[in-house]
Amino acid sequence: MTETAVAHPTEPAVRKATPGEARAPRRSGRRRIALPYLLLLPALLLELLVHLVPMLMGIAMSFKELTQFYIRNWNEAPWSGLDNYTVAIDFDAPVGQALLKSFLTTCLFTVLSVGLCWLLGTAAAIFLQENFRGRGFLRTLFLVPYALPVYAAVITWAFMFQRDNGLVNHVLHDQLGIGDSPAFWLIGDNSFWALLIVSVWKGWPFAFLTVMAGLQNIPRDMYEAAALDGAGVWKQIRHITLPSLRSVNQVLVLVLFLWTFNDFNTPFVLFGKAAPEAADLISLHIYQSSFQTWNFGTGSAMSVLLLLFLLVVTGVYLLLTSRGRKTSDV
Amino acid sequence: MRRIRAAVTGAVSLSLAFTATACGGGEGSESSPKTLTYWASNQGASLEVDKKVLQPELDQFEKETGIKVKLEVIPWSDLLNRILTATTSGQGPDILNIGNTWSASLQSTGALLPWDAKNLEAIGGKDRFVDSALGSTGVPGKDPAAVPLYSMAYALYYNKQMFKDAGIAEPPTTWDEVIAAGKKLSKDGKAGIGVEGSNLSNNIHQVFVLGKQHGADFFTADGKPDFTSDGAVAAVKQYIDLMAAQKIVAPGNAEYAQNQSLSDFAKNKTGMVLWQTPQQTFSSQGMGPEEWGVVPAPVPSGKPGQGAQTNSMVAGINLAVFKNTKNLDGALKFVKYMTSDEEQIVLNKAYGSVPPVKSAQKDPGFGAPSLAVIRDTLANSAAALPQVPEESQFETVVGTAVKELFADAAAGRPVTTESVKARLEKAQQQMPKK
Repeated sequence: MTETAVAHPTEPAVRKATPGEARAPRRSGRRRIALPYLLLLPALLLELLVHLVPMLMGIAMSFKELTQFYIRNWNEAPWSGLDNYTVAIDFDAPVGQALLKSFLTTCLFTVLSVGLCWLLGTAAAIFLQENFRGRGFLRTLFLVPYALPVYAAVITWAFMFQRDNGLVNHVLHDQLGIGDSPAFWLIGDNSFWALLIVSVWKGWPFAFLTVMAGLQNIPRDMYEAAALDGAGVWKQIRHITLPSLRSVNQVLVLVLFLWTFNDFNTPFVLFGKAAPEAADLISLHIYQSSFQTWNFGTGSAMSVLLLLFLLVVTGVYLLLTSRGRKTSDV
Repeated sequence: MRRIRAAVTGAVSLSLAFTATACGGGEGSESSPKTLTYWASNQGASLEVDKKVLQPELDQFEKETGIKVKLEVIPWSDLLNRILTATTSGQGPDILNIGNTWSASLQSTGALLPWDAKNLEAIGGKDRFVDSALGSTGVPGKDPAAVPLYSMAYALYYNKQMFKDAGIAEPPTTWDEVIAAGKKLSKDGKAGIGVEGSNLSNNIHQVFVLGKQHGADFFTADGKPDFTSDGAVAAVKQYIDLMAAQKIVAPGNAEYAQNQSLSDFAKNKTGMVLWQTPQQTFSSQGMGPEEWGVVPAPVPSGKPGQGAQTNSMVAGINLAVFKNTKNLDGALKFVKYMTSDEEQIVLNKAYGSVPPVKSAQKDPGFGAPSLAVIRDTLANSAAALPQVPEESQFETVVGTAVKELFADAAAGRPVTTESVKARLEKAQQQMPKK
């Protein structure tokens, strides 16, 4: 409603103002053009310093035989060419095998986690669109996981997942009587699900927040019109809400994907330095390869490979979604 | 615009991917000769306890020399990474504590001051220290990278009341007796012996000693990893079998890494535990010194000694000086002070450890039976972990293999010689190639 109502009356006004506005940039000339770049400069410099330089150093390290013998002055580490890369992707040897397994685990984990985060966040946001008693309270409550410091939240989960004294087994086994004996959550195969639960718990409020913001932009009268035409809630969600949220969702899914794929804090705090095999996410795997076995060269090579993978995925994703948007714009 | 956003997203993903390789900065080292920075490892029940123990001694040092020592107590989980970071950046403390098993690994980075004859002379000479403690200060044949500060050894602690209830007259001295006693103890939700299945370092300590008992060293004489020898496989299997085959370890111990096995012991849930100087933890958990007994850690047969009768690793903490300290003179003075008889007695008493300094060991305070066991073990039947540069990696990869095997055992999966060997094979191939 607001869009159409505002657009029409301003149109002539804009047209009238054109000559006057056109004069403005001419008057301040070059300064006006330089200003945005000047404002961007500090951020660019910091970006260079904080991200780009370490990144280039990391790439350089990946071509060196960097072990504890050279860590003090890594420039002196002998050049090893592509050795680190061949070790990392030799899928017949344990290092490559473990990397591949960790990569596949991370892919599955990311798909499940992002999917569930999105689903929960969207459902909660749509549910909280209606005005009812206690809406404010629920909105605040839903954001709690997002507001808590990661470390504190995840360590609490680690306590709850303990086999003998944890709350999870207390409820599942002692009270509900599920399973013959209490399950392990922090070691063995279940660790994957434990990690997924914590990841979704931690991640969905961001989806909720983003989708809720996106929902504010959908004109209410579209729903009213649809309701008049006899569309039910599901039809409204399918034909109005979801299409309108498209651009929001594109960014949301991309950001969640990158965060989840690279998540280091959650597995590190939950499992410590050595994650169980079933929950060996790639970031912790690379950390272990670099900092626990002091094989910084191979660790860097793994990081570069991960980076290339994420770049390709992100690139393809952006290409697909922007193409989709162009056709839908027409 | 879209391209810019793609670029920004790309940059963000790049930077995220690189968090694993980027290094943080360390603490600034002091250039003033009147101050020193000291990183202490966590020895007491908490970081606060350590500060309370150490600060008065540091104040005393300041009074004597006019040098102020800035203390930072660092938890074990962070210590090695902090040292590595300081090594990379060159911004470290002047003096630091290291786990003595890391000596050779950290020596190989070249960041620590070598204790050549001249430096050793400044602190009273090599002969002040017990031999076994000196064995964990760096690669043999090289100048030590650190000096011993506190010594510890493993011993078998047993719960007197639980032994009495189970009708066990004598505490076990051999593995067969441990298993027999363990089986008597393992009933009504109680277990025979506790392990810390997810604690990588503890796993290494235990399988290293068992390895010695099977004649395996985990490294060849020329320092190459040798994790899959028959002896090494048998040692690891024997340790896992305490849970998998003998069933005298509660399955829950597979996920223990925060000394939960000591809590179980103090709460009368576990009858025995193999540990290094746990008395403070026992008493902080409400277990009085009269409630537990201590005997030397078990051996295959007979009495503890060398070789197959080795029953402990040489555990302990060393004191090292960062090579690029701006206050070498002050650092040497500090090391001399910390290894003096008086300080050794005060500090080792506070931490329940044994002084690695011969003359301080003579203090009657270290004659109590619980400490005498440790002292004798260190003197006669303890062996230093392999002093090779790759020791720290060995802890990680083999410690993880043992953790995974415990997870298998806890889940009821079979643990066989083949499955143990496969895990160790994988661990060995994860070691950096030279």
